[in-house]
Amino acid sequence: MTTALAPELNIARPAADAAATASATVVSAPALLVEHVTKRFRPDRRKPPVLAIDNVSLRLERGTIHGFLGANGSGKSTLIRLVSGLLTLDEGRVEVFGLDIERDELAVKRLINRVSVDAAFFKKLSPMENLLFAARLYGMDAAVARREATAILGRLGIAKNRLGRPIEQMSRGMQQKVAIARALLTSPTLLLLDEPTTGLDPRSKLDVQAFIEEVNQSHDATIVLTTHDLAEAERLCERITLLNGGRVVAEGTTPELKRMVAERHGQPETLEAVFMTLTGRSLDDDVEEDGDNND
Amino acid sequence: MTVLASELKASYAFVERNFFLTRRYWGWELAFLVYSVAGALSISLIGAAAGDNRLLLTLIIGAVFWNYLSVVFSWIADTIAVERWEGTLEYTFMAPVRRWTQLLGSCLYAMAYGLVHTAAMLLVLVLFFPQLRPESMNLLTAASFVLLGSFSFVGIGMMAAILPLLYVERGAQMTFVIQSCLLLVSGVYYPVSVLPGWMQVIANVSPATYVLRGVRAGLLDGTPVTALVGDMLPLVGMGIVLIPAGLWAFGRAEKYAKRTGKLKRVG
Repeated sequence: MTTALAPELNIARPAADAAATASATVVSAPALLVEHVTKRFRPDRRKPPVLAIDNVSLRLERGTIHGFLGANGSGKSTLIRLVSGLLTLDEGRVEVFGLDIERDELAVKRLINRVSVDAAFFKKLSPMENLLFAARLYGMDAAVARREATAILGRLGIAKNRLGRPIEQMSRGMQQKVAIARALLTSPTLLLLDEPTTGLDPRSKLDVQAFIEEVNQSHDATIVLTTHDLAEAERLCERITLLNGGRVVAEGTTPELKRMVAERHGQPETLEAVFMTLTGRSLDDDVEEDGDNND
Repeated sequence: MTVLASELKASYAFVERNFFLTRRYWGWELAFLVYSVAGALSISLIGAAAGDNRLLLTLIIGAVFWNYLSVVFSWIADTIAVERWEGTLEYTFMAPVRRWTQLLGSCLYAMAYGLVHTAAMLLVLVLFFPQLRPESMNLLTAASFVLLGSFSFVGIGMMAAILPLLYVERGAQMTFVIQSCLLLVSGVYYPVSVLPGWMQVIANVSPATYVLRGVRAGLLDGTPVTALVGDMLPLVGMGIVLIPAGLWAFGRAEKYAKRTGKLKRVG
């Protein structure tokens, strides 16, 4: 990827903000540090709270692609939301590049962005109008935002003549690409991808996967990826954390995890076997539970 | 200064986005204008039927300025509701902007939209009732009260915006309850004096009461703004109290929504 497509950190931000963020981050700190984080929800006051995240600790090094795998309801998306500041922590702490997500909230927000499974947009607005809005919120100049949005969307296969039409006229795959472009436009150094390829056709899925690799390699972005697609996880992720019932049940590289289930459980050396052994359920169970609130 | 400039730029993002939305929904905007004009005409014609120009102008003022205040209120209150419908709420709340920045942008656009919408309505009404004599009206008085009253409504709107944040399914509809209660007690179409005593007490804490009183004094009697300081002071006080109160309440509601996971759901 060229610098224009995925500019270095802070290139499009006001100089003061960039300087403040750069001076605030700790160079030696990991991209993401999660320490003893717990999150409970109480959907009904008469019932005891549900433990969505249970004493989770993680350390993600800079520049890696790290996968979160787990069944629906395992806590993957809750963990992403906690890191994004969309949920408050009940216990524990989270640091992004050495910055505490609660104490240094605004500085952390400048460093991260997120793509969720739903490509949420103002559907009557065009991709360009939606991206311009996002860019302005991150302090980008409108002209720079237009130029870079056009370049990123072009790289993702969205032609210039589509940029002015309402986004509701686009296919689900195209909308998801625009969502990815929106996240990249703000030059995040920690990119949280929550099932970004779910529901995409095979070609769009490959496009998005290739782009994720490109962003990781050229932009030096640290990427957290949650996915139900084990082939995708195997292709993209250097390390994988398996979550089950809100707890980390395993963490390691794909070969390490495969070897572990083969040696300890006598299972075949596949990621599917890892998933089923460590989450105690099949992939079919997982699909049937789509829509679980805690996921 | 740089931080302030940066926050103002972010505020402009909301102004621009809301303008884009208005432009895309132009058909709906036109329909809403027709609806508002028809409603105002229906009420005003009661005065025309009575053959009383003072009553006619009283009703027109009530209809037109209530429209302005309710449009401002609705835009601000819908700040959250619209994002719920579209599912963008989490993205906006993830962005590195302070909440007052977001609400300021929404309020600025609400006031600009309200002024344009109300001016269009006023123009139609003036053309419809040629017996009205605008030359005897004190427009400065009316404008001053509308501007001052807007600040109070911004504060109330911020508090109303909490409802869609906390009540996912019906929060937006609940804001109508606040509007209708203000309409009832503020003397929009009748003098506050006809209300029961306890309602008159409530009318005293409604900014709309003072706005309408001031606007009517200016447009019906040509009273200069300097003679109405007594009615302006409560509006100043309400603005000073209600805007920070609205921001504080919104902040508390946001914390609650983040603690309970209510930002996630799409209404």
